[in-house]
Amino acid sequence: MKRLLKTTTSVLAVLAISLNVLAAGSGVALDPANTDINDQKSLQNGANLFMNYCSGCHSIELMRYNRIGKDLGISDADVEKNLMFNGEKIGDTVTSSMSEEGAVKWFGTTPPDLSLVARSKGVDWIYTYLHGFYKDDSRPFGVNNKILVNASMPDVLWELKQNKSTEDFDQDVRDITNFLDYVGEPAKLVRVDLGYKVMGFLFILFILSYLLKKEYWKDVKYGKWRAKD
Amino acid sequence: MDNNKSWIDQRFPLTKVWNEHLAEYYTPRNFNFWYFFGSLAMLVLVMQIVTGIFLTMHFKPDAANAFASVEYIMRDVDWGWLIRYLHSTGASAFFVVIYLHMYRGLLYGSYKAPRELIWILGMVLYIALMAEAFMGYVLPWGQMSYWGAQVIISLFGSVPVIGPDLLIWILGDYAVGDPALNRFFSLHVIALPLILVVLVFLHIVALHTVGSNNPDGIEIKKNKDKNGIPKDGIPFHPYYSVKDIVGVVVFLMIFSAVVFFAPAMNGYFLEHANFVEANPLKTPDHIAPLWYLTPFYSVLRAIPPMFGSQFPGVVGMFAALLILLALPWLDRSKVKSIRYRSWPYKAALAIFVISFIVLGWLGMQPVTELNALLARIFTVAYFGFFILMPWFTSIGKTKEVPARVTE
Repeated sequence: MKRLLKTTTSVLAVLAISLNVLAAGSGVALDPANTDINDQKSLQNGANLFMNYCSGCHSIELMRYNRIGKDLGISDADVEKNLMFNGEKIGDTVTSSMSEEGAVKWFGTTPPDLSLVARSKGVDWIYTYLHGFYKDDSRPFGVNNKILVNASMPDVLWELKQNKSTEDFDQDVRDITNFLDYVGEPAKLVRVDLGYKVMGFLFILFILSYLLKKEYWKDVKYGKWRAKD
Repeated sequence: MDNNKSWIDQRFPLTKVWNEHLAEYYTPRNFNFWYFFGSLAMLVLVMQIVTGIFLTMHFKPDAANAFASVEYIMRDVDWGWLIRYLHSTGASAFFVVIYLHMYRGLLYGSYKAPRELIWILGMVLYIALMAEAFMGYVLPWGQMSYWGAQVIISLFGSVPVIGPDLLIWILGDYAVGDPALNRFFSLHVIALPLILVVLVFLHIVALHTVGSNNPDGIEIKKNKDKNGIPKDGIPFHPYYSVKDIVGVVVFLMIFSAVVFFAPAMNGYFLEHANFVEANPLKTPDHIAPLWYLTPFYSVLRAIPPMFGSQFPGVVGMFAALLILLALPWLDRSKVKSIRYRSWPYKAALAIFVISFIVLGWLGMQPVTELNALLARIFTVAYFGFFILMPWFTSIGKTKEVPARVTE
């Protein structure tokens, strides 16, 4: 048992060190988003803001309206009233109404689909990006971004930034980020909870299986398994 | 019950197989922590096959639909997210388990006579598993799937004379595209799993013919009682079957912690860039294979092109894999287990393990001057372990091996 513990700790130590070494790297400093996917209010506000400020240009094509409603505790009627603006059906996916030619003409590029942006870039990146706009008259929309240099997106949240306190604005940005985190992986809402249950079950199974092993191995200790010969 | 048994036994050797491989298969009594990984590898194999069956029901092997179909599994298929995470985490878990299983072999000399064939079958399994994992990673059709495949498959193009034609033959096209996705899918779900299952069967048949090694490296069959039962042996069932269950549960706890709390493992099990659909027109800044292939990728990058060809690097990469097959004949030591080995072997093994881990880490990093230098140094150390083995296993003083296993 002692040797087992020793080997296990050494294996874990090597793993921990190598993971630490791996985690270091990547230079850009991102602000922590501190989102909480279990905060339903935040998700609802995020959905509302996203539909009003983002979905005009950006699709989240992997997401259906009624799924958002179901997961975020919003009735279909409320989803239709507050989150849908272009006469879509409740089971449709969230698709921007902007045409591709229009997008290229106005922005020089098609605004990317944001279904998985939280998974490819991470929540901290989104949070920092939305905060990262600064005035730059050399750019077509008069703004540039500190972490996505020469982004072709205008600072769509400027109105909120001006009319709200810093804290409220930060919370709004956090809510949008939180919503996009949910959109990136809707299963996250149930995954962690289920995980605790599974771990609890396995823990009990561990105790039982360990006791079973101990019982059987008593024979080995006393050489009893040969008794039947 | 006994009636049924004899009815079957007259037609199929059920009791015989049960006894030979479980109830009367005598296993050394002194197995430790390192001996869990063989049965765990089988568990993961079964899990990959079962989850794979369900994923195949919903996945579309079509360049236009593959990426979206994986997200469809993640969102619209009932429990699809769980099955997918079990499968993706299972791939990495497979290699964790296999690397520990192979390390056990190095620790206790399990590859030495009379177990050379077990080792060779295991190595072929390992290579087949790498091919299986590589092709599986192409299927979600993300940026890393696409560009990783592009990099690895283009290596075949560097083979002298036939390279370019070979490349087109493999891909069915001039670049990675729909035909490659289709054939990789076919190989991933049919050909390679079949090969893996057959090889596992042969690996175990070979093992049960000679019997297991143990942490003392003693042949328990040399010391039998009057009934012909090894004195240091205990029946695999029930003693090791109940012990392996404990190992399985502990493994499942660690495995579930990843599946439920960190399925992407911060980009090491599911790379961030792979959540962007494959785009042949947009090369990512940094292309790296998943962690389990990176030591060999490092060797590939460490060897500079010669005569304007990448081929030497490719040869080096495959040599790094194939040299493991020669291990049983490179080791000249009289003792098997690290417990009784001379210090030169212990030192060499430590250097080898460090080299392997550092090469793996370097394989994930962008190439810099320092990284390239480090990769070369550790590539030399990696090959040095094998090339110098006949020498360092025959020098130094080994400890006396006891006649019976120790507790």
